[in-house]
Amino acid sequence: MSAIDAKPPAEAAAPPAASGAPAVSPAARLLAGSRWRWYEFAFWGLALGSYFVFPNKLMLISEILILGLLALSIDLTLGYAGLVTLGQGAFFGVGAYAAGLAAKYGAGAGPWSDPLLGLVIAAGAAGLVGFVTSFLVLRGSDLTRLMVTLGVALIVEEIVTQAKSVTGGSDGLQGVMSSNVLGMWSFDLYGKTAFWYVLIVTFVCFWFCRRLVNSPFGLSLLAIKGNPLRARAIGMPVNARLVAIYTISAAIAGLAGGLLTQTTQFASPDMVAFHRSADSLLILIFGGSGHLYGGLIGAVAFRIMQDFIGNITPQYWLFWVGLVLVLLVLFVRNGIVGLMANGWRRLTQKSHEGKNP
Amino acid sequence: MLRRHLLLGFAGLAAMSAAAPVAAQETVKVGLIATLTGPQAASGRQKVAGAKLYMALNGNMVAGKKIELIIKDDTGVADITRRHAQELIVNDKVAAISGFSLTPLALAVAPVITQAKIPAIIMTAGTSIITERSPYFVRVSFTLPQQSVPIAEWIAKNGAKTAVSLVSDYGPGIDAQDAFKMRFEEKGGKVLEQLKAPLANPEFSAFLQRAKDLKPDALFLFVPAPTAGSLMKQVIDRGLIEANIKVVGTGDITDDDQLNGIGDSVLGLVTSHFYSAAHDSPMNKKFVEEFKKANPGMRPNFIGVGGYDGMHAFYQALEKTKGDTDGTKLVEAMKGMSFESPRGMLTIDPATRDVVQDVYIRKVEKKDGELYNIEFDVVKQVKDPIHK
Repeated sequence: MSAIDAKPPAEAAAPPAASGAPAVSPAARLLAGSRWRWYEFAFWGLALGSYFVFPNKLMLISEILILGLLALSIDLTLGYAGLVTLGQGAFFGVGAYAAGLAAKYGAGAGPWSDPLLGLVIAAGAAGLVGFVTSFLVLRGSDLTRLMVTLGVALIVEEIVTQAKSVTGGSDGLQGVMSSNVLGMWSFDLYGKTAFWYVLIVTFVCFWFCRRLVNSPFGLSLLAIKGNPLRARAIGMPVNARLVAIYTISAAIAGLAGGLLTQTTQFASPDMVAFHRSADSLLILIFGGSGHLYGGLIGAVAFRIMQDFIGNITPQYWLFWVGLVLVLLVLFVRNGIVGLMANGWRRLTQKSHEGKNP
Repeated sequence: MLRRHLLLGFAGLAAMSAAAPVAAQETVKVGLIATLTGPQAASGRQKVAGAKLYMALNGNMVAGKKIELIIKDDTGVADITRRHAQELIVNDKVAAISGFSLTPLALAVAPVITQAKIPAIIMTAGTSIITERSPYFVRVSFTLPQQSVPIAEWIAKNGAKTAVSLVSDYGPGIDAQDAFKMRFEEKGGKVLEQLKAPLANPEFSAFLQRAKDLKPDALFLFVPAPTAGSLMKQVIDRGLIEANIKVVGTGDITDDDQLNGIGDSVLGLVTSHFYSAAHDSPMNKKFVEEFKKANPGMRPNFIGVGGYDGMHAFYQALEKTKGDTDGTKLVEAMKGMSFESPRGMLTIDPATRDVVQDVYIRKVEKKDGELYNIEFDVVKQVKDPIHK
């Protein structure tokens, strides 16, 4: 197996007639899907290497990773379970404020101020909100769901700006003191600690998601995405599965928010604002959904574009982002990851033809 | 994608090395973080124009060193502001950062500048507490209590017994309404209700209706300047001016940049503020003229002046330290500094690092076919009334 197994699970789920591949047992497929491939090593190697190549851009890279993690959390619901959401920013924000409050009021109180515990609190709080709201999201069809997620996000945003005594309102949560990671590494101005901290947490989350989607549970999500009625007919607990994935996705989004608060030492209402939700969805579409890597790659592309175009024409960069997005959606299926997979397939096919005329 | 970035990096390096011979004679960099995209973009344009104008008029050599301005767009988002501040400090090795259009953006950099010991010159944001959050903040703009107190006095003196305030619900707005209430009630008036509209959503009609129903003698308004146009249009549409309610506010609501766009219906509106493009001084005349020449179609407002004065404060400080860029020394040099600005005399209070300046009472009038805030009264050298 060479390039063919570069096929991401979402494509692999297409009817076998299209690809003409022989039917494989689900167990074999899961096994094949969970194997680490060379390009995955390459990706994480590059992420690791960026520390040495761009020592001046560590803050930006951390920010990209956090954004990528948020997009990854959407990929779980959208790319694997087919749930469209415009409210992921809400969970991001809940996590951000939870971590911020934990650090603010736990500072100096021994283990309570540890960033890792802060992350657990962030994920827990966001997961809880996700769990509770998932029941609302399950009602109705796609459009209703979209509106419900949007509504939840607006409610959270409003709570954050109104509950001044707790969140600091529009001025943001100040006085967040991040303790040293594991009591050893303090967050420095160069962003070195932040970089390693964010990279490792992102990788662990990614690894978890990867295991998740390559499990029978993940396969059942794809079945639900493909045809919820049929999934129910063969005895799948559709609603329970959706509640589970929605909660997990919310917890991961909360974790991303917690990371942002801890590395920037404050939380502000724009962490729950609508543009977070919209940007992260945009990033996922950019990168390509249903690949896990789409969010991360999309985040890199989005931020580089913002940085690059923003430096040339700060006032019009949104125009170019819009244009690229439209072109990408029109001419490329599955975003940048789709583009790369296509390119690779063509390249290898050509070299095959070259060898065996 | 990393390779692409790498290429960009090389391109940048090549461009830099081309300029290297000049840069070799010690360059001092100053970061300017402005909001150039999003709803507050108008403020960023003014600030950048003001800062650039100062450099164009006064050259870029100070104490034998070349000053270089590095401009970043914060998009109005706090964590991006913080990242830019951090990158400017560790990568570009700036001697100072400046800008900050909104209070949350300024507050976000407080831990960074304290840790790095780098001065941050606030050119716009107006909540009192900002300068208390780090000993490296220096403000050349204004504070909301400083602007609100004079108009409270004026309106009380002119026969208003009751008032309602309507502000944007964030730090500066709360500061403005509290300072207004404090002084207005000291003078024997009564504030019937303090209305707060969300910052993010510039829709005021429900609040304005509520204000109208309360039938106060006066209505006090504050919103960030870029939102002022839509607020004033709604004030007019709701007929508050015809209802015999005296509408007053801080100068943000009759911002020079937008005043002409709001239209003649605000003629006669009285506000208090530290800057008007019509301020009568030779320095201001020259400033307005040069500003318009360099930025066709734009008229300088208080944010533009903030950018201009922020650069001046930095130039002066660097002159005073004889080119020493140590952050603590620069802040020390700025403390107690006093100079003439297009707005009038300005002093940096050595105790609070906050600005002390004249606040004018002005009325909107037509001059040469344009609307201006014409100053007719002044309160000399006002200190922020909230700082201890």
